[in-house]
Amino acid sequence: MAASSSLSGLRVPPVDAVALETRAADLGTRSLKKAAKVQGLKLAIAMMDLTTLEGMDTPGKVRQLCGKAARPLPTRPDVPACAAVCVYPDLVPVAVAALAGTGVQVASVATGFPAGRIDRASKLREVARAVRDGATEIDMVIDRGAFLAGRHGFVADEIRAVKDACGPAHLKVILETGELKTYDNVRLACRLALHAGGDFLKTSTGKVAPASTLPVVLLMLEEVRDHFLATGRMVGVKAAGGIRTGKDALKYLVTVAETCGDRWLSPAWFRFGASSLLNDVLMQLEKERTGRYQRPTDFSAD
Amino acid sequence: MKTNDSTRSGGSKAGKAGGAARGRRGAARELNFGGVWSYAPAPEATEVAPIPARQELFVGGAWTKPMSGRYFATTNPATEAVLGEVAHADARDVAAAVKAATKAFPAWRKLPGDERARYLYRVARILQERAREFAVLETLDNGKPIKETRDVDVPLAAQHFFHHAGWADKLDLLFPGQSPEPLGVVGQVIPWNFPLLMAAWKLAPALAAGNTVVLKPAESSPLTALRLCEVFQQAGLPPGVVNVVTGDGATGAALVRHPGLAKVAFTGSTEVGKEIQRTLAGSGRELTLELGGKAAHIVCEDAALDQAVEGVVRGIFFNQGHVCCAGSRLLVQEGVHDAFVQKLARRMARIRVGNPLDKNTDMGAIHSQAQLARIRELVADGVAAGCELHQPACALPKKGFWFPPTMFTGVSLGHRIAREEIFGPVLSVMTWRTPDEAIEKANNSSYGLSAGVWTDKGARILWFAERLRAGVVWNNTFNRFDAASPFGGYKESGFGREGGKQGMRAYVRLQGALASG
Repeated sequence: MAASSSLSGLRVPPVDAVALETRAADLGTRSLKKAAKVQGLKLAIAMMDLTTLEGMDTPGKVRQLCGKAARPLPTRPDVPACAAVCVYPDLVPVAVAALAGTGVQVASVATGFPAGRIDRASKLREVARAVRDGATEIDMVIDRGAFLAGRHGFVADEIRAVKDACGPAHLKVILETGELKTYDNVRLACRLALHAGGDFLKTSTGKVAPASTLPVVLLMLEEVRDHFLATGRMVGVKAAGGIRTGKDALKYLVTVAETCGDRWLSPAWFRFGASSLLNDVLMQLEKERTGRYQRPTDFSAD
Repeated sequence: MKTNDSTRSGGSKAGKAGGAARGRRGAARELNFGGVWSYAPAPEATEVAPIPARQELFVGGAWTKPMSGRYFATTNPATEAVLGEVAHADARDVAAAVKAATKAFPAWRKLPGDERARYLYRVARILQERAREFAVLETLDNGKPIKETRDVDVPLAAQHFFHHAGWADKLDLLFPGQSPEPLGVVGQVIPWNFPLLMAAWKLAPALAAGNTVVLKPAESSPLTALRLCEVFQQAGLPPGVVNVVTGDGATGAALVRHPGLAKVAFTGSTEVGKEIQRTLAGSGRELTLELGGKAAHIVCEDAALDQAVEGVVRGIFFNQGHVCCAGSRLLVQEGVHDAFVQKLARRMARIRVGNPLDKNTDMGAIHSQAQLARIRELVADGVAAGCELHQPACALPKKGFWFPPTMFTGVSLGHRIAREEIFGPVLSVMTWRTPDEAIEKANNSSYGLSAGVWTDKGARILWFAERLRAGVVWNNTFNRFDAASPFGGYKESGFGREGGKQGMRAYVRLQGALASG
């Protein structure tokens, strides 16, 4: 699939919605006990992009979040750090300073997040600035308006341009599947992002409902799997928004494990974008360790 | 036996599939599974379903010792451990059961429909309340995974009682102007592959229509039918309305021969079905048969391939392939054959075979030694015929009866594995070039129970469905069952329908001007 702004009305092999959702539901019935559960929950933490994307974000809020990401449960050294902290571009310097030496990455949304309705030059400037300020991961949004209007080449060109602007930073391409509506659209958007050089496919901004769903992520995993088998290039997947419980996170991990396998069971290739998920995962981990559930207030509300 | 768990590009020409070079590069970038994160055992507890050491016959509402004094053991196919003993009914016990059903018939038929419905609703609710017990018991006795008994067998069995309870007081609406009447005492013989579900399929419409029943469960899986008798007692069903006689083929033969029956309903092998039909010929007794199958999946180039793979897996590996309507023949359009077979082989390697009680098990034990021998024989024949065998590397338990998910490519219509019902987890893959050829191949079978069509194009679905000689045609899905949907076959797959309005027809006698056959 060549990316050129003249490309429009592209078609991809169909997705059967009922069967896709059936398969996702089936994967969701896996029963995870004891060691498998603990390992899965810890993996979920290590894969987490702890996120704050609010108009009311402040340097103080971001610093608190960075503290939490670096040491999610200070009393338990066996609990890993999160993969990254995800913030708006203007707060990248704050996060970079707060996370120095922790190994936790700084991810920044960019390109006019969440709607993406600004001109391309501004998008590229925003990306360049975030990277210059120290963001190692850029979460861009695709132009859903252009996509739905059938201007697929335009969308692909923009992803490629943003990828160039990222330099060494990893590019996560937010498809905003809640606005694409159909699985066929999701598949096509996946292929545009894969061919335009995205390093990660990401479901959602978290600002549109539904955000991440298991069937959508299953479909995205099938796409990156087939892309890898065809080209040898691995691309990651990030499920973002709407994942609030450890139980849900485990369902996603099962889907990764049974669709893409070992290669993707790593923070390098699968991420959760979430703000409230972490504390539930911590609570489940402590429950596995002690046999009892603790109060929500026993976990820091950073 | 030659095994091959990686995929091959098959015999087709290089070109659009990428050819051999790509295949070789592909091997280096194969996916790995299970090395990073593996699921801990998650066995369902069995305490919920204690099994008595010895169980009697259920005749006239009471547990009755067999006149011969003989019992036989039923075993767990996953461990070969004996689960318990059940009574061996002979012709005298069968006669007593028919007598009890005959005695119960006049009162049961006279009961207003809504009264009969009340019993059936009660049975359905109790089944739901005791769902876990039934799921565990079925898994122990049959070998199928708990995931299936929990999510399919037991809920569907309850649904059949719910659905048919609804018909009990609406028979006049179902057959307007035809004065539907129950037939009398019905003899029902059911197989071992869905012991509880088949009992529900057979009993619910018979009882709703006002018949009384003598049911003979399969010799190797009698426990859930006997447990169902407890439910009937709990529901207060009048004595004699349902009688259950356990035993072997001789017991079944004694039942279908009994002159006191108004109808025989049989689900099982085509061979035994033919025998029953010969026995009943000229007797004036009604008969419905639900027999074997060799269903074809037709996969078109434009199908949603990943989802079709799921459907094919569900079609042939569900219940270890012990399904009369299993999709055991895969007819793939030539242009997508290689891609499809590769996806399928990868997916097959993800099927978790093992302890049926583990909640993460996808495929359980083969039901019996005899069935395993039959599967092995036919698979050996496929290998001898030169078909290419694909089996994922999977560790099978030492004890019990096991067979891995299996696929043959390069199969021709003449091969035994393409013609005979294997009744196991074995898929035979063939190709087609034009829709006419697909139809010809799909219909080239002595059976005609079910078929599947996989395409994104609506008009093509209808074109295929019109031409497939199969009682059930699924589109973009497979092995989906519903109490409201009639199920049954063409040709050597039998006659008569079960489920829905059509299923009710098999349990009533119609009178009046509109009545026919």
